[in-house]
Amino acid sequence: MKRHALSTRLWHWINAISLIVLFMSGLNISNAHRYLYWGQWGFSPQDAWLHVTKFPGWATIPGYYSLASARDWHILFAWVFGIALVLFLLAALLNGHFRRDIVTRLKEWKPSAIGADIRAHLKLQFDHAGTKYNFLQKAAYGAVIFIFLPLMLITGLALSPGMDAAWPFLTEMFGGRQSARSIHFIVAWALFAFFVLHIALVLLNKPLKNLREMITGGRADETA
Amino acid sequence: MKRRSVLAGLAGLLTAGCSKIADTRTFEGLVDGAEKLHRRTHRLVGGRQPMAREFTLADISPDFRGNGNRDIDTDAYRAHVAADFADWILNVRGLVEQPLAVTMEVIRGLPQRTQITRHDCVEGWSAIGQWTGPQLSTILELARLKPEARYVVFRCADDFSGSPYYESCDLDDAMHPQTIIAHQLNGEPLPVKNGAPLRMRIERQLGYKHAKYLTAIEAVASLDGIEGGKGGYWEDRGYQWYAGI
Repeated sequence: MKRHALSTRLWHWINAISLIVLFMSGLNISNAHRYLYWGQWGFSPQDAWLHVTKFPGWATIPGYYSLASARDWHILFAWVFGIALVLFLLAALLNGHFRRDIVTRLKEWKPSAIGADIRAHLKLQFDHAGTKYNFLQKAAYGAVIFIFLPLMLITGLALSPGMDAAWPFLTEMFGGRQSARSIHFIVAWALFAFFVLHIALVLLNKPLKNLREMITGGRADETA
Repeated sequence: MKRRSVLAGLAGLLTAGCSKIADTRTFEGLVDGAEKLHRRTHRLVGGRQPMAREFTLADISPDFRGNGNRDIDTDAYRAHVAADFADWILNVRGLVEQPLAVTMEVIRGLPQRTQITRHDCVEGWSAIGQWTGPQLSTILELARLKPEARYVVFRCADDFSGSPYYESCDLDDAMHPQTIIAHQLNGEPLPVKNGAPLRMRIERQLGYKHAKYLTAIEAVASLDGIEGGKGGYWEDRGYQWYAGI
């Protein structure tokens, strides 16, 4: 048995590429109107709850300001991201990945257990016997897979006037299209924070082994 | 600092690579495919004629932002403004049995539809306003579309550095009940910044579809050969023709 199932590995890399393209083209789109609002409408700086900084060319796709081209990238990779996410959720539900590796047990939520896990992370001790992932990993992966990524998909759909006509509940559930746009922006940065932390922790703990295993699958009996 | 510049370098490399990819025909094909897939999915999940949400008077935003051209700097247009657009004519032509020259009086005399809708700009902002005018379908029925007509092109009085603004939609959108030729915003004659005296409302698509300063409606079989051939001023500059995304 492999440490990472083929479906998990395929999705991991397709998702990584999609998220990078969506994030960087999204920063280009953000440059088109750098104000965020709550509610249904909002169009002028005095109604904004946040004035967003202008993102530099090296952080955006394409590398210069082009709303038209950035939207092309964004709506193309939205398909890749959305379809891959739905297929992964199905596969991980069916092959037991979620039940076995991601679902947390009640005893893991004890403050003392969480505290011990945080202390171990701060001391850069990542060896943990028994389960594949420790509590903080399960919590982080669970939040990303079940909350942040689906939220990106749903708030993204809510920005589309065509989808809003077909499915009016999309904007309703967030309290308006501009609210959905704000949440889309906030969760994108939450995912960026996860990305930074995720890469930092891989680099701190056997980076080559981790990288190899996410490509070849590795072996389940090796402890990480 | 060094790590940061490495990150910036990597990101820069990615954006340069992406710009290269974006120029290829394959990428163009993929993007067009994605746009079509979005359009078909929207029609599939909502049926062909879902209605955009309509709001109440209390939801109207305190102002309705004017974007793109907010005025037309010509003597002819200034004369129309001075005359309250009394002599403005909307031509209906192209693949129709009965070409029409519709006066403002006729526009106001046709059965009217009033709708309070949210306007979403491609840039990201939204405003809510109440629009009044005849349905485009009413006018197309008066002119009687020829069977080969596939698209409706909207001609405008404004331009950007000499390139005329124009737009187009398919017959699903043209015949949609909420597709109206608005002459009023919030119960008043359309302000100049919002496209006086006439503008399109095509409610399930982004703002650039809603052509302002409307002078003519043209039924056509194909968008090829009209200006840049992509079906609109912004479409000719790279924006998606289906603006429901």
